[in-house]
Amino acid sequence: MEGRWTKLALRIWAALILLFLFIPILLIFFYAFNTSNIESWPIAGLTFKWFTATWNDSDVRSALVLSLQAGLAATALALVLGSCAAFAIHRTTFFGRDAVSLLFILPLALPGIITGIALNAFFNFGGITFSIWTIVVGHATFCIVVVYNNVLARLRRTQGSLVEAAADLGANGFQTFKDITLPLISTSVVAGAMLAFALSFDEVIVTTFTAGAQSTLPIWIFGQIRHGILLPEVNVVVSFVILVTIIPVLVAARLTGGGGAARVPAAR
Amino acid sequence: MAVTDAGRLRKNRGAAPLQTLLWRWPWVRPALLLTPPLAWFVLVYLTSLVLLLITAFWTIDTFTTQIVQVWNLDNFRIILTEPAYRLIIGRTVGIAALVTVTDGLLAFPFAYYMAKVASRRTQTILFAAVLLPLWASYLARVYAWILILNHSGILNWSLQSIGLPPANIGYTNTAMWLVFSYIWLPFMIIPTYAALERVPDSLLEAAADLGARRWRAVLDIVVPLAIPGVVAGSIFTFSLTLGDYITPILVGGAGSTFIGNVVYIGAFEAL
Amino acid sequence: MAPQTSIGPGEGQLNLVLWDGYADKSWVDPFTATTGCKVNQKPAGSSDEMVSLMKDGGAGQWDMVSASGDADLRLIYGGDVKPMNTSLIPDFANFQTYFKAPGYNTINGIHYGISLQWGPNTLLYSTKKFPNAPTSWSTIYDPANKGLLTVPDNPIQIADAALYLSKTQPNLGIKDPYELTQKQFDASVALLKQQRPLIKKYWALATDEITLFQNGDVVAGAAWPFQTIQLKAAGAAVAETIPIEGATGWADTWMLATKATHPNCAYLWTKWVSTPKVQAMQALSFGETPVNTKACAEMEALSAGSCAQYHADAPGSYFNTIKFWTTPTATCDDGSNNCIPYAQWQAAWTTITA
Repeated sequence: MEGRWTKLALRIWAALILLFLFIPILLIFFYAFNTSNIESWPIAGLTFKWFTATWNDSDVRSALVLSLQAGLAATALALVLGSCAAFAIHRTTFFGRDAVSLLFILPLALPGIITGIALNAFFNFGGITFSIWTIVVGHATFCIVVVYNNVLARLRRTQGSLVEAAADLGANGFQTFKDITLPLISTSVVAGAMLAFALSFDEVIVTTFTAGAQSTLPIWIFGQIRHGILLPEVNVVVSFVILVTIIPVLVAARLTGGGGAARVPAAR
Repeated sequence: MAVTDAGRLRKNRGAAPLQTLLWRWPWVRPALLLTPPLAWFVLVYLTSLVLLLITAFWTIDTFTTQIVQVWNLDNFRIILTEPAYRLIIGRTVGIAALVTVTDGLLAFPFAYYMAKVASRRTQTILFAAVLLPLWASYLARVYAWILILNHSGILNWSLQSIGLPPANIGYTNTAMWLVFSYIWLPFMIIPTYAALERVPDSLLEAAADLGARRWRAVLDIVVPLAIPGVVAGSIFTFSLTLGDYITPILVGGAGSTFIGNVVYIGAFEAL
Repeated sequence: MAPQTSIGPGEGQLNLVLWDGYADKSWVDPFTATTGCKVNQKPAGSSDEMVSLMKDGGAGQWDMVSASGDADLRLIYGGDVKPMNTSLIPDFANFQTYFKAPGYNTINGIHYGISLQWGPNTLLYSTKKFPNAPTSWSTIYDPANKGLLTVPDNPIQIADAALYLSKTQPNLGIKDPYELTQKQFDASVALLKQQRPLIKKYWALATDEITLFQNGDVVAGAAWPFQTIQLKAAGAAVAETIPIEGATGWADTWMLATKATHPNCAYLWTKWVSTPKVQAMQALSFGETPVNTKACAEMEALSAGSCAQYHADAPGSYFNTIKFWTTPTATCDDGSNNCIPYAQWQAAWTTITA
């Protein structure tokens, strides 16, 4: 359909964009093997010593554990609340519906720093001690939206007639939900959950304002970039996180067949 | 949905009291579903925001910097009249706009290639490839650019090896523009792609059949249909840049203060 | 409220608000092993952040804070920290006299915390660019160095300008760089606004400045000995000096939160970090100077020559040449209310760096 030259130009453009996206990330992989702890180019030599050092760093481990716990808890909360919200909004029209749906999207539309400061004020005002649970509350607030968006998008594309047909054939509400609705939306729920978890796993700004003495992995990374002593370990941690997350991203993309995961930008 | 319920209940009349209840008052189900998330948002999020707004009017004790709960409009007067704040606001909005335009220009051809030229398989691969950087820690990606742009970084090394003078763009607004454009690019590509993908190929074929030239067809048909995606992407890149304060700290220089930085510092003075 | 008179058994936990690196594994692990107090850390990015975290006496969340002089009075008058009993800290007797009761943490003889470490704000420069050591702070106000300078991103930097003006413009009559009248304050701010176009970056963290020097992005700036040591260790051609106008300095204090829930662990910790060995370890790890005079020998054992290099053996008179950070208040030394309080320093700093 396209002219040959146009196609070629587009292909080159796409290749350049991919290079632009990936060179900085690949660079971190390289620096993870750097023998020197001074980060200049070209790197001084190759070594594995930072991997051992990082593995033995108890701070990294506890930060990783906290990030996993907070991420899972926030995702679980977001799954329940986000799906409820999507079903409620999808199936009904009521006065103030637009306002409610705007409210759900607000944590995405407002900069993280506003959400962070607001939640910080809220916890302080309520005399709530900062802990893993304040982090979870903060994360869930913006994770709900991701699940909500994913599920709502799928519900809108789902044929209502299928549900009606099931009902006509005598299925009760629960059966319809279990046999028709759930299979139809399950992939979008899983994709939403994965993206919610990813968001939580990488969040810095809201966490800064909702964490107590605990460090999540990104907070640890920020601290180390600022302190500048353990930069080689930062490179290792980041390389590890990237490698570990390649799989879920591919799964999420596959589950939603591309189009559904296009909701990702709603992720922030 | 009323039809759905009615249809189901016709067959199962009296089967379950709950079903009957839901049929008699169709609003019960959505209300039950909506209550938990709505309660969450109202109790936690809205309350927080309202608290924040109220504190914006309060005065700060000049010494202990504790908040004194007295209504005061000075906070707003200062922000509106002090030239330094206007400068910061101008800079933030300006760079955010520049980043949005840059990302729009970078993303459109790429998204077009993904949606209309690439094979199904390539499409999936590209899609994952665009998502992948989003999973790499935000901080690490900013940090990678410090490594690239600094004086002894890879950029100057590359320039020197091809005989060009070093570019000293580390710690400047140029560096911020570049890094922001990089960080938020996937947020522009994906909605643009999603919009383009929904443009049916048949529409383009029809235009071609009617004798429209390829470029005309793209301009007249594809671009207008892609606008919602580009707008969505623009909102993301613009607002994400607008609210950021970490990139200015890490890659900005003197004169790179963003609104977010003032808010961040202010948060510690005021909260 | 009288401070406790004995240290009971540890409560098992200790929550600290501190500067990054102030609770390094190398001295935290042995502490936890002997006392059973698990140390949880919240590193703060600035003094303002520390004050903010300690609101409401630490709210039961934080036990101690490693506050710098520019935050101390705010914490004390804000009621966020409470007096400490120096007799529970055996090493207190070995402290430099100046740090037993400095004005920024001791009021009317009541000790609101135990001094920890200190350091001067020095002039750091590239020996390549300046083969002859610069002798004056004028280096960082000199248009000849446009785009090659860095200074801290901290409102207290106004005091550095005031210190410079106190020597170069005696007619302004600046006696104490932390007690400025409107006229003196305006002159200092004006000087910093002139300096603004010369600055490459205002550094927020020590590592920012190290990177800037390492990469050759700047050639001179205001710094701490920490940066000099790190840069020299990395082979950079730099040196530091205390210019003829003198220098400001910072000194950190471990302060006890009013609502501390683990006071025994807090005292055990203060006792531990005051011992010569830990004082020396922290000094060398962070690049600062211990307040315990006995730490000198320990420093020598860890790194020969470091005691003198860090002025850990400085005589009492040395401390008169350093103007230690303190929170500016509206009340001047003469009792009048003509001085510019800290909140205005913060506001002015935002307009300078914008």
